[in-house]
Amino acid sequence: MHTLPELPYPKDALQPHISEETINYHYGKHHNAYVTNLNKLIEGTEFASKSLEDIIKSSEGGIFNNAAQVYNHTFYWNCLSPNGGGVASGLLAKALIAQFGSLEKFREKFTQTAATLFGAGWCWLVKKEDGTLDIMQTSNAGCPLTYGCMPLLTVDVWEHAYYVDYRNARPEYLNHFWSLVNWDFANKNFAG
Amino acid sequence: MAYSLPELPYAYDALEPYIDAKTMEIHHTKHHNAYITNVNNALADHPDLAAKPGEELITDLNAVPESIRGAVQNNGGGYVNHAMFWEIMKKDVPFAGPIADAINAELGGFDKFKDAFAKAGATRFGSGWAWLVVNGGKLEIMSTANQDSPLSIGKKPVLGLDVWEHAYYLHYQNRRPDYIQAFFNVINWDKVNEFYLATK
Repeated sequence: MHTLPELPYPKDALQPHISEETINYHYGKHHNAYVTNLNKLIEGTEFASKSLEDIIKSSEGGIFNNAAQVYNHTFYWNCLSPNGGGVASGLLAKALIAQFGSLEKFREKFTQTAATLFGAGWCWLVKKEDGTLDIMQTSNAGCPLTYGCMPLLTVDVWEHAYYVDYRNARPEYLNHFWSLVNWDFANKNFAG
Repeated sequence: MAYSLPELPYAYDALEPYIDAKTMEIHHTKHHNAYITNVNNALADHPDLAAKPGEELITDLNAVPESIRGAVQNNGGGYVNHAMFWEIMKKDVPFAGPIADAINAELGGFDKFKDAFAKAGATRFGSGWAWLVVNGGKLEIMSTANQDSPLSIGKKPVLGLDVWEHAYYLHYQNRRPDYIQAFFNVINWDKVNEFYLATK
């Protein structure tokens, strides 16, 4: 039985960048619905006893969509923090500079990748199997785990992530996203 | 010649309370407009393609150079799909005419059509459209992802419902099924009949 994990901060903690109203729907309705749907879909199947990550790596269709969305959202909440923002530090900063030229160039490329994902989906910073960093888009519930990549940072660009606060202005949402990024979490993932 | 944003055939509040004025305004002036800007940009160096009506452009994506095909599929689709969407909505138009006869004969009647169409819209994961199309002379219900048009796979749409979150989020938030049920109150069956007869 999968459960909705607690948010790592109060629902109003990300204001003014992400409103409490958005969190109420995004976490309380969307994320929760993925958990409920997943539990319904896996009941009595070979997936019932598997971990979330194993389900993601071995399923497709509705089970994959809901499992990956449970994982993606939990990961996303952890990528945000009321004490976030600023720039990367530590080993991750070094790796970002080595891979993308500078922290500014990384931010620019990540923002561009997130802005140009057509339709619903996610933008990710990942560590590939060979240890190098990459920025990738995934459509809908797409998850880097499927491609053998380790996610370090993500931003949700489904319209439900920003429509209440920013309407069609996804770039504005992305600007605000940078004020919330939890670099400690990204660093931990990188070290992981 | 560049494509331009068609005017809505009614006021932004004409579909209230089923679809609110704010949603209509943003949907039309921001989303639809952006697709048009983007498809025009994609076709900037291809006046021969830009001269085609949007439906023709989308019907034959193979005629579009590969380097801009994705942009045309997405934004040309967004242009054409929304243009049709505005046309097929109006309040208080009775379910009647040749399309009603065909739905009764081929899809088992209005209720079955409604259930199947609602299901197509509700189960489209992510962004996309639910459609009533004519395929080889017969009615069919289907859905497409993102802004993909049935025209691109040889099917002729007679009714389309936008199920991107931007189509309903301000009023219905996560409740897509409620939005879909509301939509059945604003189908302009006169227009759907016109589209249907045009496929004959």
